[in-house]
Amino acid sequence: MKPVLDVNQLTMDFGGLRALDHIDLQVKPGEIVALIGPNGAGKTTFFNCITGIYSPTKGDMLLTRPEGDSSRLNGLKPNRVTERGMARTFQNIRLFQNMTVLENVMIGRHCRLRSGIPGAILRPPANRREEKQVVDDSYRMLEKIGLARYVNEFAKNLPYGAQRRLEIARALATEPFLLLLDEPAAGMNAQETKELDDLIIRLRAEMGVSILLIEHDMKLVMSLSDRIYVVDYGKKIAEGNPEEIKSNPAVIKAYLGEDIDA
Amino acid sequence: MTIYQEIKKSLLVSLWFMFLTFPIMVIKVNTIEQTIDWHWWRLAGVGVGVFFLSFLWRYAIARKEAGKKKAEISGEEKVALIPRLMGNPRFYIPGLIAALILVVAFPFVFSMYQTNILITALIYVVVGLGLNIVVGLAGLLDLGYVAFYAVGAYSYALLNYHFGVTFWMALPIGALLAFIFGIILGFPVLRLRGDYLAIVTLGFGEIIRLVLENWNEFSFGPSGIANIPKPSLFGLQLSLQQSSIFIYFLMIGLALMTIFVVRRLQDSRIGRAWIALREDEVACQAMGIDKTRTKLSAFALGATWAGMGGVVFAAKTTFINPTSFTIWESIIILCVVVLGGMGSILGVIVGALILILLPEYLRAFSEYRMLVFGVILVLMMVFRPGGIISGVRRIYKFEGQNTIAENNNA
Repeated sequence: MKPVLDVNQLTMDFGGLRALDHIDLQVKPGEIVALIGPNGAGKTTFFNCITGIYSPTKGDMLLTRPEGDSSRLNGLKPNRVTERGMARTFQNIRLFQNMTVLENVMIGRHCRLRSGIPGAILRPPANRREEKQVVDDSYRMLEKIGLARYVNEFAKNLPYGAQRRLEIARALATEPFLLLLDEPAAGMNAQETKELDDLIIRLRAEMGVSILLIEHDMKLVMSLSDRIYVVDYGKKIAEGNPEEIKSNPAVIKAYLGEDIDA
Repeated sequence: MTIYQEIKKSLLVSLWFMFLTFPIMVIKVNTIEQTIDWHWWRLAGVGVGVFFLSFLWRYAIARKEAGKKKAEISGEEKVALIPRLMGNPRFYIPGLIAALILVVAFPFVFSMYQTNILITALIYVVVGLGLNIVVGLAGLLDLGYVAFYAVGAYSYALLNYHFGVTFWMALPIGALLAFIFGIILGFPVLRLRGDYLAIVTLGFGEIIRLVLENWNEFSFGPSGIANIPKPSLFGLQLSLQQSSIFIYFLMIGLALMTIFVVRRLQDSRIGRAWIALREDEVACQAMGIDKTRTKLSAFALGATWAGMGGVVFAAKTTFINPTSFTIWESIIILCVVVLGGMGSILGVIVGALILILLPEYLRAFSEYRMLVFGVILVLMMVFRPGGIISGVRRIYKFEGQNTIAENNNA
């Protein structure tokens, strides 16, 4: 089966600084893949490149639907990438703070809705149906993520863990087949992290989404991931399953530094 | 102890004001006799006045702070009086009926002068609601909005002059042209935001005005275009008074239509996207919203209303020249939106009525008119920064599986 995401030789230069250096990465259908590395290794830059926020200096990015049709992501705007079926969350939470939880998810539905300006003004039956549908669909999404009780709260008033989950709900509302999570467990306590772990496993099982995540919480990464990629200074230094990564000397060196007396 | 400090504070403030106003208030040069008159008693007046006013000022600020703290402690967001009344049918239905009677009876009860002022105010209501889409909903600060107003006015004036196009045909044409101009001017400024956007749109507004002023062959330059016909009513000959009344009701109709359309727009897929765009552009794009299209639609739809307002303006005054479309006009329209309450339809209506009617009725104060106006603006912004009726957005609420959002819009 073709990988849903196939990144080849991705390179990103900021002036003289090479933030990503010929990175290869694949995500196969139904896989949970983690991208780890020390702070400043280029993980978020990688996300920004494949989602179209940055345009990479070099390299190819190919997104393939599970049904089989592929599209190149190079040069696509972020909203087009999302339309193609890859949605993301942000490391620093970027919810629409002054909108309600329900409205946040409704924004996620935006690209799957069709009504335009005339529809908005005249409100034909099709438009009314769509508007009703979007409220119902969004609510169902919130139920699935376990945020239904917050439905009419403002996003800014949510507890931290719930805000993180709302980001996931909003991304899922765009109907992706590949979900990118940028440090979903950052700042969560042990209990919240455990719930997140369950949620991600459940999402894959129920919705069949593949997941690529950046994470610093090693316990979470090791328990969730099928495969792990490790980057340091923009270069890929290792890839493999959790067991291989745990015992990989290059990874240990990158995280803990070199033995002085070695 | 505290009272002593308060007095000391006020004393310092009054001293400072006396120092600041010294050159303009005290020294007066008598140019005929080449002498200087010293008006020391004025300085004393300033000192005493400021001393007491500063007490009042601090008292008002303290009350406002106390109110804010109370709201924080009680935890619930206080719904302002007017939206609350609007949400209650027992109040707003009689209110609406009273407003309707007033609106219908107005031109027959009051003088032509009053009616004409109200027509102007209604034009600002329509134009303000248009700008409300751009500034209030989409959060794009547009300081060149008057350019679209000019496009509307000149499209009627010129089409009528050259081709004899009537008012009723010019209204949609003016709106369409303004829409197109909105897109044309919108394109280059899309990547800008905040202050930069404001400056560039300001430049665009001035460019349009300067073109109109200097391109004599096209727009007749500063001398403008005169004898623009007033709107016709099925070919009837209307007297000046009848025609004013007609324009008045026309504007009422146009304003109602604007309210209807703007309300529907803001409660739609596009309206949601505008608000989300105001909140966070990057997240918006990542959620699949086309930033370019959304911004352009806000720009162009906002411009459309300015275009219509411009057509009516040209028909009402029967004469236009570029001095009607200066930056000052943009500022006034922006003031209407900000003072009324960004994003609130009722707020913009109230804002337009206050901002246009107030200077007219302040004429009793003759030369102090604009001073009083300015003071009122400053006080408004200090004590009600959200506007007179702060934007109570319609919030989508989920209420059971089959009900769509409740409408509690102001």
